[in-house]
Amino acid sequence: MLRCGFTCYYLIKTTPRLITRARVVIELTATAPQLKQTPLNSAHRQLGARMVDFGGWDMPVQYPAGTIEEHLRTRNHAGLFDVSHMGEVDVRGAEAVAFVNRITSNDVSKLVDGQAQYSALTTPQGTVIDDLLVYRLAADHLLLVVNASTTEKDWEWIKSHHAGDSVDLKNVSADYCQLALQGPDAQTILQKLTDVPLAEIKYYHFTPGRVDGIDGIVSRTGYTGEDGFEVYAPADRAEQLWNKILDAGDTGSPTGVIPCGLAARNTLRLEAGMALYGNDIDDTTTLLEANLGWICKLDKGDFTGREALAQQKQEGVKRKLVGFEVTERGIARDHQDVVINGERVGQVTSGSPAPFLKKNIGLAYVPIEFANVGQQIQIDVRGKLVGAQIVKTPFYKRAK
Amino acid sequence: MANVPEDLHYSKDHEWVRVDGDVAIIGITDYAQNSLGDVVYVELPKAGEEFSANEPFGSVESVKAVSEVFTPIAGVVAQINESLADEPEAVNTDPYGSGWMVRLKMSNPGEVDSLLTAAEYEDFTKAETE
Repeated sequence: MLRCGFTCYYLIKTTPRLITRARVVIELTATAPQLKQTPLNSAHRQLGARMVDFGGWDMPVQYPAGTIEEHLRTRNHAGLFDVSHMGEVDVRGAEAVAFVNRITSNDVSKLVDGQAQYSALTTPQGTVIDDLLVYRLAADHLLLVVNASTTEKDWEWIKSHHAGDSVDLKNVSADYCQLALQGPDAQTILQKLTDVPLAEIKYYHFTPGRVDGIDGIVSRTGYTGEDGFEVYAPADRAEQLWNKILDAGDTGSPTGVIPCGLAARNTLRLEAGMALYGNDIDDTTTLLEANLGWICKLDKGDFTGREALAQQKQEGVKRKLVGFEVTERGIARDHQDVVINGERVGQVTSGSPAPFLKKNIGLAYVPIEFANVGQQIQIDVRGKLVGAQIVKTPFYKRAK
Repeated sequence: MANVPEDLHYSKDHEWVRVDGDVAIIGITDYAQNSLGDVVYVELPKAGEEFSANEPFGSVESVKAVSEVFTPIAGVVAQINESLADEPEAVNTDPYGSGWMVRLKMSNPGEVDSLLTAAEYEDFTKAETE
């Protein structure tokens, strides 16, 4: 499942450059002035965040506590993420559900008011234009939440598939801020700021409501593998919301809420086995190859890519996204080759240390005949073959 | 501000060198470790391996990035810091002390004179961040 838009995740994608000289690491920290900013840009800088260019956005990659602490605190207590860079498309009209159902793979007609759904915009080939969340606000009103770096592409695609449906489309990305409060303490912290009975909101449901007096949407969703909430609110109230949540969560104390950057967001979602658009899924990978068959509702009626996906389902996929654990010394990174029996058979799409599991893990595409738990593989880590083993995903599952 | 001890020599690749007789002790600077973030893995050469100046001798990895480490001077590895295998975080917490990486028997001890002084290195890092 997805959520942030790590299409060109600096940390991983620029590794080949980083490796040339230590110096390059440092150059990347200076960000160009023309980058897009979320309404929390100065708040991040005040907190001492290291800012990076993330898909054209000037975003915090980590705060002074560091990625490992941010990751662990989110697993054990709570982490707060600015995900305002993500895009929002408003779809209104009598045919809103029918229209979105034609361009996405999951079944929008199954949603009730106040429910959200993980889904994908698909190409005619069944590959992925983007993964997204579809929120049903009313029978004639949906909100699509898409990845940051794909927002423009998605917007053009959505508009171009609007063929006479009775719907109004609006790119409202700039109107919203989005804060994600994640972790076992998230509900207790957020409840201090709102009358909305949070315990009553089920996973992948949401409710319109006020947080610290600000009208918004409170959604029990996230991209960390923890319980938690995502709050959508007017962009001009972002800083108030951010600071109030940090205060309510006793930030600064060793068990309080901690602001988290993109690096922790990436390691948290990877431990939880969630795909990242641009890494693990893109327009060259089909949903079935990416183990996202559960969001392909082939019987719901026609949608873009349905035929290709139905055919692939019948014939069987030739390769599959699998999780692996490194069993020798070394860290697998994005784009490194997977070697089995001396042959290069696939590529790592996400590879990283896993701070909570204290292992080095990753996701990779491998030919279907090797896609079995327990299969021994090797990763070409900059010229050195390092042993690894295919394991079940998610790597991490929280105790209920 | 990053800590830059007076008595060390520095490279533009953010390594430091401490001279101990004909041996050079090498590590990465406070500025470099801070830029990398939490160090989770350090790969070092074996004792006896020979390196010329500006050659990579190992790599250091944080959660988010990989960076090679270069020896600013030529020599033969006399000893490596074995404890970094279990405690790579020493590179963050004590970059000039327990975070040292290798002891190199220098081929040409005069080479250290071509490195940056603490003051020069400080100016260099300032220019880089501006």
